[in-house]
Amino acid sequence: MAKLTVNEELCKGCGLCVGACPKHILALSKSKLNKKGHSPVELQKPEDCIGCAFCATMCPDCVITVEK
Amino acid sequence: MIVFQKPKALTDAVLHYCPGCTHGIVHRLVAEAIDELGIQGRTVGVAPVGCSVMAYNYFACDMIEAAHGRAPAVATGVKRAMPENIVFTYQGDGDLASIGMCETVHAAARGENITIIFINNAIYGMTGGQMAPTTLPGQVTQTSPYGRDVATQGHPIRVCELLSQLDGPAYLERVTVNNVKNVRNAKKAILKAFKNQVEGKGFSLVEVVSSCPTNWGMTPQKALEWIDEKMLPYYPLGVYRDKEA
Repeated sequence: MAKLTVNEELCKGCGLCVGACPKHILALSKSKLNKKGHSPVELQKPEDCIGCAFCATMCPDCVITVEK
Repeated sequence: MIVFQKPKALTDAVLHYCPGCTHGIVHRLVAEAIDELGIQGRTVGVAPVGCSVMAYNYFACDMIEAAHGRAPAVATGVKRAMPENIVFTYQGDGDLASIGMCETVHAAARGENITIIFINNAIYGMTGGQMAPTTLPGQVTQTSPYGRDVATQGHPIRVCELLSQLDGPAYLERVTVNNVKNVRNAKKAILKAFKNQVEGKGFSLVEVVSSCPTNWGMTPQKALEWIDEKMLPYYPLGVYRDKEA
């Protein structure tokens, strides 16, 4: 199973990864804020992640690390 | 097995760019190219003036900050003094296509063996969204509040087409980073631009059509769609010069 690690403190909540995810399982957090005041991205269904790294490809801030 | 992680040629500094700014993506692609060619130890970057003025904090190689628009001239000097080094400049449209047009055209005409990464987002980002030489006809900016009127403010400059009229350049390509497929193509182009220099082929410039969500007044996702709708019809993607082909 693919594993996605999000460096939440660096995330700026731009949502480009959310738009790139082919499985539509990424969303910006509705309950969390990081130190900079952004809502970091969260993986909603970790079991559905296929590890395609589309999210990481679109992330401008290298926030996401993908393992398979 | 790690499928994707931050490239080694980027430092741990936090990028100062606005949320959703594609500068971050292009920084990463440049760093990945440096990693893949194994040239980090002998690469010298030249940072411009503009949003990416602090690029020297982000690349883990030697960096020089050039005066506004003068990056190709500085890169020429570095490359001629130390030909074994890989020299690249990273410039925006205000830097390369406006104040630095002279340096750009002459470096291309001389066919200097350098690599230029040119970010075209059709606006001046750092100074707050003024009209740039690349601003589209009718585009609203701080200094063209009724839209750019080509009768008084002139026409946007297509840098790749302009430089393709010269005999000097070895490689000119326009790419964009508005979706995964295009990011992959941009990666190939940037890698090729660096490889050309390693192989001594000469002047390579990759123009990356980018977004500026903040000054365009859009969400980051909408800005990427706007590239498809408005920017690409005026700035068609493609290879404008490839001396190999």
